[in-house]
Amino acid sequence: MTPAGAALPAGISLRRRLVWQFLVLSLLLVVALFFTVRFAAERASRASQDAVLGAAVISVGDGIRAVDDGLELDLPHATFSMLGAMGQERIFYSLAIGSRLVTGYEGLPPPPEVPGDLSPVFWSADYRASRLRLAAITRRVLLDNRMAEIVVVLGQTRYGQAAIARDTARSAVWIGLGFLLLAVPVALFAARAVIRPVDRLAAAVTRRGPQDLRPVRDPTPRELVPLVGALNGFIARLRGALQLAETFIFEAAHRIRTPLSLVRNEAEMALAETSDEATRQRLRRMVRAIGESSRSANQILDHAMVLYRSDQFAAAPFDLAALTASVLRAVAPLAEMRDIEIAAQGLDRPCPLHGDERMIEVALRNILDNALKYSASEGRITLRLYQADGMAHLSVQDAGRGLAKGDSDLTGRFRRGSNVGDVVGSGLGLTIVREVAAAHGGSFDLRPGPEKGACATLSLALP
Amino acid sequence: MRFLLVEDSDDLAASVASRLAMDGHGVDRAATLAEAREFLESAPYDLILLDISMPDGDGRDFLARERGARRETPVIMMTASASVGDRVSTLDQGADDYITKPFDFAELQARCRAVLRRHAGAADSRRHYAGFIFDALSATITVGDELRELRARELRLLEILLSRPGQTFSKPHLIDRLFSFDEEVSDNAIEVYVGRLRRKLDGSGARLETLRGVGYRLIPE
Repeated sequence: MTPAGAALPAGISLRRRLVWQFLVLSLLLVVALFFTVRFAAERASRASQDAVLGAAVISVGDGIRAVDDGLELDLPHATFSMLGAMGQERIFYSLAIGSRLVTGYEGLPPPPEVPGDLSPVFWSADYRASRLRLAAITRRVLLDNRMAEIVVVLGQTRYGQAAIARDTARSAVWIGLGFLLLAVPVALFAARAVIRPVDRLAAAVTRRGPQDLRPVRDPTPRELVPLVGALNGFIARLRGALQLAETFIFEAAHRIRTPLSLVRNEAEMALAETSDEATRQRLRRMVRAIGESSRSANQILDHAMVLYRSDQFAAAPFDLAALTASVLRAVAPLAEMRDIEIAAQGLDRPCPLHGDERMIEVALRNILDNALKYSASEGRITLRLYQADGMAHLSVQDAGRGLAKGDSDLTGRFRRGSNVGDVVGSGLGLTIVREVAAAHGGSFDLRPGPEKGACATLSLALP
Repeated sequence: MRFLLVEDSDDLAASVASRLAMDGHGVDRAATLAEAREFLESAPYDLILLDISMPDGDGRDFLARERGARRETPVIMMTASASVGDRVSTLDQGADDYITKPFDFAELQARCRAVLRRHAGAADSRRHYAGFIFDALSATITVGDELRELRARELRLLEILLSRPGQTFSKPHLIDRLFSFDEEVSDNAIEVYVGRLRRKLDGSGARLETLRGVGYRLIPE
């Protein structure tokens, strides 16, 4: 009873693919986050440094005054202490007129462009093995009656800034990793949520009984509508084909059995009207052959039905006592024809079972047919329904010829007892019963009766 | 008993009708469901033999409409389908019984009898002959005040003999009609039932006579 799809070669797993895609995407996002944060942190720290440096270089420029014997620089201590307060930074400065250094550190990197006298120019450069952020401004001073352009450069190391940017980026990495860790269960959950409608759909289709060929109407996500549409189209075609086959079988049976019925009837009538013994023998053989063909056809159909339904097992609760009573009603006229009495015990109280009622019905009919067939006229058949050891047992005891010695197993296909050559039979009846029992996890047992005859017992597990 | 036979095959219908007539039943035959409807409107029937496959529809739908209209004449379905599912659906539609083609005529008779017995009351199945009353449905004969029960084969034997009182029925003929063709029966088997029926007819004013080498007949004493 495994779903037919279990044997399919498994292709790609949508769920795994979804999880991987989600995780790779998350990883890319984390990397992007890291770089974005680092870039933003650097920009922010540079902007704040530039603001301080800019203010500082302007205030240094403001401290330049021309005096009689040259220039006087009044270094603004407040400014420098403010610059120095930013961590362990070192500060460099220089004042130059043209290429001549007036005061300060020698060899400071020159500004990339000529700075204006209002807004400072900022740039970064290496100096004495340190990365510096520099600001420069031009100051015009009247010196020796000439306008001298003094370029003031102020540089500051970036240790602190770099550390802040690094810390921030590191935090970003941790946050990103945490996010990634969180993404794993989220990805699994999301993938499952996406796949769940597919599972639900599969379960709904799997749960169906063998006869259920209605279109799938379960709620379906929009993306699966084409699949379900295709499935429903297939179901509709299958239903059409099955209906056609059923109609064909029904029609064929009608066309074949109606004339056969006529042949049998006419032969019986001819028997009634003729007294020539040789003709009568022929007619009798004819009637018997027709009876045999019809019985065989019925049993082959029963057998096919049992095989099909065992394969597509659809169990439901039913009452074995009620079913047995209804089968007994159906065979009662057959028993009466030959004055056979069927005594039934245990049918007065319900015997609830779980199984395929139609299959069990076929089994019961075959057991009773068999008992009737091998019972002598005015014989007696005892049917007993009882429960023992968690099983429901239905035993049918006839008073017929019983089993021949050596016929231990008569439930094989087309096997017949060695003592029944004179009775019409196909050898399928007990096979059908055994297969029905097996499909239900029960058992079927045929053994000689206590005195004479045979006792057939069908045992089925109680729910 | 009055039967309505609804069957589209002319040959089979004629054949079944003549067999039923042999048992003393009156049979009307409808070749279509529409015809069947007309018959049912014009006369009461004790039993309908209804084929599932009719040219103008499904016998089961016809039956469902009959039952829907609370017309409860007993129905035995005749069908070519042997499947359990079809049988169940037929009974669900309100059929009283079901027989699969090609059928043993004795089985059809037995099923008719069983169905008629279940619906007994409306139909008068009693018949007077000589000094006894024969009731085929309850399988009894009444001799004076005494009710005697008949077993199935005694009943069949009496039915056959009573269908043409005074006529001689040969041994093989009676064997064919009393026993199933599936059984191997000796010629003497019939004597057992003749003997029993003779005892049951004791004092009834009728005599079951043996014509040695020819057969048996029922005559008034």
